Amino acid sequence: MDQTPINLLEIRDLKKTFSVSSGLFSRPLTLTALENINFSIRKGETLGIVGESGCGKSTLGRCILQLLAPDEGQVLWLGQDLTKLPAEEMRQRRADLQIIFQDPLASLNPRMTVGEIIADPLRTLRPELNKQERRARVLKIMEAVGLLPEMINRYPHEFSGGQAQRIGIARALITEPKLIVCDEPVSALDVSIQAQILNLLSELKDEFGLTLIFISHNLSVVRHVSDRILVLYLGRIVELATGDEIYEKPRHPYTRALLTAVPIPDPRLARQRNIDALKGEIPSPINPPSGCTFRTRCRFAKPYCAEHRPPLETIEDNRLVACHRWREIEVPEEAVLGA
Amino acid sequence: MKQVLQVEDMSVTFELHQSEVHAVREMNFSLAQGETLAVVGESGSGKSQAFLAIMGLLAKNGRAEGRAMMGDINLIGMEPKQLDKHRGKDIAMIFQDPMTSLNPTLKIKTQLSEVLVKHRGFEQSQAVKSATEMLERVGIPEPAKRANAYPHELSGGMRQRVMIAMALLCQPKILIADEPTTALDVTVQAQMLDLFKTLTEDFGTALVLITHDLGVVAGVADRMMVMYGGRAVEKGTTDDLFYDPRHPYTLGLLHSTPHIAKRAERLDPIQGLPPSLEHLPKGCSFNPRCAFAFDRCLVERPPLAPTGNGREKACHYEGPMAYGKVA
Repeated sequence: MDQTPINLLEIRDLKKTFSVSSGLFSRPLTLTALENINFSIRKGETLGIVGESGCGKSTLGRCILQLLAPDEGQVLWLGQDLTKLPAEEMRQRRADLQIIFQDPLASLNPRMTVGEIIADPLRTLRPELNKQERRARVLKIMEAVGLLPEMINRYPHEFSGGQAQRIGIARALITEPKLIVCDEPVSALDVSIQAQILNLLSELKDEFGLTLIFISHNLSVVRHVSDRILVLYLGRIVELATGDEIYEKPRHPYTRALLTAVPIPDPRLARQRNIDALKGEIPSPINPPSGCTFRTRCRFAKPYCAEHRPPLETIEDNRLVACHRWREIEVPEEAVLGA
Repeated sequence: MKQVLQVEDMSVTFELHQSEVHAVREMNFSLAQGETLAVVGESGSGKSQAFLAIMGLLAKNGRAEGRAMMGDINLIGMEPKQLDKHRGKDIAMIFQDPMTSLNPTLKIKTQLSEVLVKHRGFEQSQAVKSATEMLERVGIPEPAKRANAYPHELSGGMRQRVMIAMALLCQPKILIADEPTTALDVTVQAQMLDLFKTLTEDFGTALVLITHDLGVVAGVADRMMVMYGGRAVEKGTTDDLFYDPRHPYTLGLLHSTPHIAKRAERLDPIQGLPPSLEHLPKGCSFNPRCAFAFDRCLVERPPLAPTGNGREKACHYEGPMAYGKVA
C-alpha cells in the first residue's frame, strides 16, 4: 500500500533575502525576495506559480530544491526538513526532486553528447549501475520524451529549442524523481513547439506519477496545466486557489488585474473586455511599500492598507488570500474575462 | 483609406559560404493609414527579415529585391544616405529588446532630442522640451526626471516606452514593431497594447505588429498576414482568420495557443518542427506537418491566391478542416 502522506511537500514561513551592493562605500541593502511563504503540495498535483518579473517565483523554486538556502523557515519533504539536511544526504535526496530550466540550450553542456547529458545524474545518484544498464535507462527515457535512439551520440547544438527541452526533461526524469520544478519550461519556445512540450509534460506526469511545480509568467499556460495556482507579488503570496476558482472568482485585486491583462486569442472577446489596467510598475523589492505591498497599484486601496500588512487568510475551506478588503470587493457577475 | 505602404514582389536572400538562403519570397501587401497589420509566424518564418529589409537594416550578406513603395519612393535598394531622410521621419521601427536599441552612454533626453534636431531642424532646447512632452504622452511618470536618466536606470517597460516615444517624435506614417511586448510582464504589456491603440487612432499611424503571440494579435490587429517558410500563407481580417481559418497552419497555430478561459485537457499542436530555410520541403513547405496534405501538396507549391472577401491563402486543400477535439 502507498504510505506516502498526502502532502508531499510543505513550505513553512519561508524567507529569503539577498544582500545588494549599493556602491563602493555604502552599506549593502537587503532585498527581501520571499517572505512569509506557507503552502503545501499534494502528491500528484500540479501547482502553478505565477507572478511578474522580480516577484520571487524562480527564487521560490530554487529554495524548494535547496539550490538556494532560505534564511528562515522549513521545506518539509515527506515530513523531513530539507534545510537541515547535511550536504551528502541532500545530494542523495536530489534524485527525488528535479528541475527543468527555461533556456534549454544554455542548460545543456555543449561538450557532452545527449547520452552523456541524460546519464550524468546517474553517475552520482546511482553509482552501482554499469555502462550497459545506464545506456538502457537512457534509451528508455529518450523514447518516453520523444527522442529517437540514434540521437544518443549527437551534441546539443544539433538540436532545436524544442528538442533541447526534451533532452532537459529526459535528464530530469532519469533519476525517477517524485517532484519536478519546471521553471518557465516553454517560454523560449515557438508556439507550436510550446504546445507539444506542454502535452508531453502532462503525459509524463500521468505515466510516471509525477508532482509538478510549474513556474511561469504566462497565466494562460499555467491555467492550462495547473490544478492549483499560487500568485506571488513582491515576494509574498497574495492568493492560492484552484485554477477554476482563480479564473472564475479571483479574490485578490492583483489576481484580478493579472487576469484581465492576459491577452486572449479571440478578437471579439478581446474587444468587449474591460481591462482593469494596473497603473505603474512593480515597486522595488529593496524598498517595498509599507503595509500591503500591492496598495500602490491597487484601485481598492484605503489608507488602512498602508498601515497594516494583510495576513494570509484561509477562506472557503482551502483558498488563501492576503487582502484587507477581499470581502467587500465584489466579483463581477460576468467572469472577469468577459467570457 | 489612403495607402501608406505598398510592398510588391519583395524577396530577401542571404549569401552563405556555398549557398543562398531565401528568407522571404514573393511578398505582397499594402498598409493603410491608421490600420494595424499583424505579421504572425514562428522563428525562421521570415517575418522579421522582411521588415528589416524595408528599413534597409539587413545584415551585410543579405539583399532585398522587389519594391516597397512609400508614395512614389521605393525603399528597397535605396542608398543609406537617401534612406536616412525617411527612416525615423516617415517610417520607424522598434525592437523586442529596448536595452540593445538605446545607447547606454547617453541620457534619454540626448537620444530623443537628436531625432528632432536631425529630422525636423529643431533648436536643442526646443527639442528637449518636445521630447519630454512625448515621454509624458507615452505614459512615463515624472517625464522631466526620466529624461535626465540613463537607459539602465529605467525598467524594461519604461525603456520600451522611451523607444516608442523616440519612434513617434517625428510622427511617422508607419511604425514597425517587432515583438514589442514579448520581453514585458503582462500588466505592462496590456498598457503597451493600449498605447498602440491610441497611436493608430489619434496619430493615424499605420502599425505593423510582428509577433508570434495570437493573444496580442486578437486585441489590436485589423488584418493579419501569416507567414511560413519565408512566404505569406494566409491573409485576411483578424476576425476571418481567427473564426474561419482556411490554411491548416493558421488553424494549427490557433489550436496550439492556450486560452485562459478554456481549460482543455490537451492542446492540439502542429506536429514536427518549423522547417530550415536551407532545406525547404518540395511542394508546399508545410506539407510534412500538415494533417490535410495529399499527393499534389508534395510536388506542387500552392500559390497565394484570392479566395473571396479580400482573403488570400496558399493551400491546395479545399475541404472542411475538422481538427482534433478542441475544434
